[in-house]
Amino acid sequence: MVIKILGSGCTNCKKLEENARKAVSEMGIDAVIEKVEDFKDIMAYGVMKTPALVVDEKVKIMGRVASSDEIKKHL
Amino acid sequence: MDTLSQIFNVFNDQFLKMTWLFEGVRRLVEDVFGLSITERVGGSIHFFIYDTIKIFILLSVLIFAISYIQSYFPPERTKKILGGIKGIKGNILGALLGTITPFCSCSSIPIFIGFTSAGLPLGITFSFLISSPLVDLASFLMLMSFFGPKIAGAYVVVGLILAVIGGTIIDKLHLEGYVQSYVREIEDVDADMPPLTAKERISYSKDQVKEIFIRVWLYVLIGVGIGALIHNWIPQSVIENVIGSNNPFAVLLATLIGIPMYADIFGTLPIAEALFAKGVGIGTILAFMMAVTALSLPSIIMLSKVVKPKLLVIFVGIVSVGILIIGYLFNAISYFFI
Repeated sequence: MVIKILGSGCTNCKKLEENARKAVSEMGIDAVIEKVEDFKDIMAYGVMKTPALVVDEKVKIMGRVASSDEIKKHL
Repeated sequence: MDTLSQIFNVFNDQFLKMTWLFEGVRRLVEDVFGLSITERVGGSIHFFIYDTIKIFILLSVLIFAISYIQSYFPPERTKKILGGIKGIKGNILGALLGTITPFCSCSSIPIFIGFTSAGLPLGITFSFLISSPLVDLASFLMLMSFFGPKIAGAYVVVGLILAVIGGTIIDKLHLEGYVQSYVREIEDVDADMPPLTAKERISYSKDQVKEIFIRVWLYVLIGVGIGALIHNWIPQSVIENVIGSNNPFAVLLATLIGIPMYADIFGTLPIAEALFAKGVGIGTILAFMMAVTALSLPSIIMLSKVVKPKLLVIFVGIVSVGILIIGYLFNAISYFFI
């Protein structure tokens, strides 16, 4: 599973990344977490408000920081 | 009608103006500190404490409520709603959606690119970009609290008109060639999302309150500090000569000072309130607030990454001239508002 965090390094993006890492480790699944920081690449997902969470190339959360519990539902 | 207006007055006095808080702080200053609020020191302490608490309460409550509403209108959805609508209707809708779409200058680049690559006319995108920082539900209710319904209503209406006319002019000038070329190469993608649950909206709204609080608290304190200074320490005659009715260039000065300033309505209001109490023209005050919120150095720098200098200059020019016209117009008809 590939999880991408979309956002240009803002504090919210870091929070979302932290929550995603927590969700992954708590569920004990095998996943790669990548950061997408260039906004041309971010736009390629149709996201206009960061941060966003992409799981296997599908946008799951955008424009807000989701809790690790919420992220677990998308994994 | 009478009961309705009574209910409205109670709501306005207790919730928006917070007369109870005014009284409470007056007691604190007079009974505990032993100072009179009609005197300089007591007056400025009262102004500072009362305004700071009032703004922070309003900010928390309003941002929460408004974020909840805004969670129904992410920019991705706004883009879809605006697609396919042309002409002045599109400008009006763009300006209206600008008031309910969450906005901060940090998201203006992706919004600009998203709208443009979706094929929205440039004028409609600009109508949105003008109204979005300038007019929103929070600023309307804040203005109600500080200046009453007439001025709050006038602010919203002229703000929207400015956004519609500004966007229309940019449309008519056919400046499509002055968008940075890479913007057009970005493909238009729609992100399809399941609607949020009520719980997710509430947690989003809470986060927004926290985030905005952290972002603006310092500006609020600075604004209230300047307000207290104007309110009690700067002589009336100085205010009148510099930005009052004695100076025909008052609106121009207020606009020029406001444009590069980066603050939002929360930091600007206490300054505006103090100027208003000193008898500065309502047009001058509106021009100052609009210049601060609509344009700022950071937002201009952001926009320069997506549009070429000519379009940027035209955009800043149109908005500035619009604000000047609004300022002088409102000073001329101010008897209607006071």
